[in-house]
Amino acid sequence: MATPRRTPPEPPARLWRNPEPKSRYDVVIVGAGGHGLATAYYLARDHGIRDIAVLERGWLAGGGTVRNTMIIRSDYLLDESTALYDHALGLWEQLPDELEYDFSFSQCGVLNLAHTEQEVRDSRRRAFANQLNGVDTEWLGPEEVAEFCPVLDTSGESRYPVLGATLQRRAGTVEHDHVAWALARKCDEMGVDLVQNCEVTGFRTEGDRVTGVRTGRGPISAGRVGLAAAGRTSPLTDTLGVRLPLQSHPLQALASELLEPVHPCAVMSNHVHVYCSQAHRGELVLGGGIDSYNGYAQRGSVHLVERQLAAAVELFPMFARAHVLRTWAGTVDVTPDASPIIGPTPYGNLFVNCGWGAGGFKATPGAGRVFAHTIATGEPHPLNAPYGLERFTTGALIDEHGATGVAN
Amino acid sequence: MLLIHCPWCGARDEAEFRYGGQAHVDRPPDPNAVDDREWGEYLFVRDNPRGRFSERWVHSAGCRRWFDVVRDTATNEMSAEVPSRSGRR
Ligand SMILES: Cc1cc2nc3c(=O)[nH]c(=O)nc-3n(C[C@H](O)[C@H](O)[C@H](O)COP(=O)(O)OP(=O)(O)OC[C@H]3O[C@@H](n4cnc5c(N)ncnc54)[C@H](O)[C@@H]3O)c2cc1C
Ligand SMILES: [Zn+2]
Repeated sequence: MATPRRTPPEPPARLWRNPEPKSRYDVVIVGAGGHGLATAYYLARDHGIRDIAVLERGWLAGGGTVRNTMIIRSDYLLDESTALYDHALGLWEQLPDELEYDFSFSQCGVLNLAHTEQEVRDSRRRAFANQLNGVDTEWLGPEEVAEFCPVLDTSGESRYPVLGATLQRRAGTVEHDHVAWALARKCDEMGVDLVQNCEVTGFRTEGDRVTGVRTGRGPISAGRVGLAAAGRTSPLTDTLGVRLPLQSHPLQALASELLEPVHPCAVMSNHVHVYCSQAHRGELVLGGGIDSYNGYAQRGSVHLVERQLAAAVELFPMFARAHVLRTWAGTVDVTPDASPIIGPTPYGNLFVNCGWGAGGFKATPGAGRVFAHTIATGEPHPLNAPYGLERFTTGALIDEHGATGVAN
Repeated sequence: MLLIHCPWCGARDEAEFRYGGQAHVDRPPDPNAVDDREWGEYLFVRDNPRGRFSERWVHSAGCRRWFDVVRDTATNEMSAEVPSRSGRR
């Protein structure tokens, strides 16, 4: 078939400039993932700081922000966590209007399956804790699960019987790359310089302050520096002799070919380490746990993918004949208590936002907002006060392994 | 999948092993003699380099012995497999 020879339409306007970096900024943010962009956005919007550069070693949002599986929820167990993640969920609900960008925020609901009696008890405890914190998590019995998500095998005959599930109806998915672009456009409009291909390799210091960063494109002075470099935070802080409790691991995900819409929500199973949703375009999107070893290669081991698929096919027998179209990996920075680190460092004007591990995408606007507050005022926001580095000395950990047993 | 050289059994698939994280992390000989900061470091902080890293593996589905490896965390290239100094943990 011949393609008609028409003049092609004009490409859409660019969403941000590509400026040369200046030699100095009030605030330098390292990393143009969702968290770095959201931080710049709230610094400019709420704190009147506009002389900001966001420096990115690769391309904008090319890290975890576009490698994640887009699940957004706030049904974590502990008070500190629900406060932070639910703050983020509230912001997600406003952001499409505020950023004037439709990034397909779909509150399709997230099910967290329980396959054992102990998981039933733990899940109900988490649902009740959430309700006490004003979060809309419910407990569903097997029949209600079957009704909510008919593609799940709830027969009781399966290898991993579904004894029930928690459901958060306000939870769901958003299109991750569009979120980054929407934030980038607004940042750019407010005068923030988004500088790609600009790797930060170290810092310049004076006593216990940083005076700027060294980059592949020359030194840049800064009044304050905020790190939002996710899996690559340790190599940066190591240059200052600041050891953070982070371990960087590969985390993989995969997608099928485009299928008709059959899967109405997102389903997670901590027990079998798999989760699955269907993207708007039709791909089934699956993920699981991290690779066991430390790694920065943005690739993982194939037997993990095989295990995820084996588990997924048990839960969703009808997906057995779908095909894996592609798999990919990102680098996630994991902390000992599966909660992030957001706060000051031993260097007075250097701040870190890291350690989000396998589940920081959902927090993007919330993390950006509290990190912006921390950078602007020098003090943590009440929501991130419990998330400082000092908890690894005091022992006041925020142990969320129960709610993050599976990535996302 | 990584191909890991067990010093006793030779090259085997990663699926036969379990990971033990950074090698040569010594428990403070007298825990009462260190302050909270040092104890916290011992409990929670490990090196996390992009590049060469000394780490421990155990051949859990084979000879069940621990050993140390130097692996490049950016390329996964492995070298210098030796029995773990501390034997097991
Ligand atoms: C496969 C996978 C699935 C996931 N699924 C989910 C999910 O369903 N839900 C969820 O909530 N979370 C999920 N996550 C986690 C989520 O992706 C991350 O927590 C989140 O993206 C972190 O955001 P960020 O902006 O901090 O990091 P990133 O998007 O990784 O941004 C960091 C940026 O910093 C840049 N950078 C690093 N070092 C330097 C340097 N020295 N100089 C300049 N720039 C630098 C990087 O290039 C990168 O662009 C998943 C992650 C992966 C890998
Ligand atoms: Zn062996």
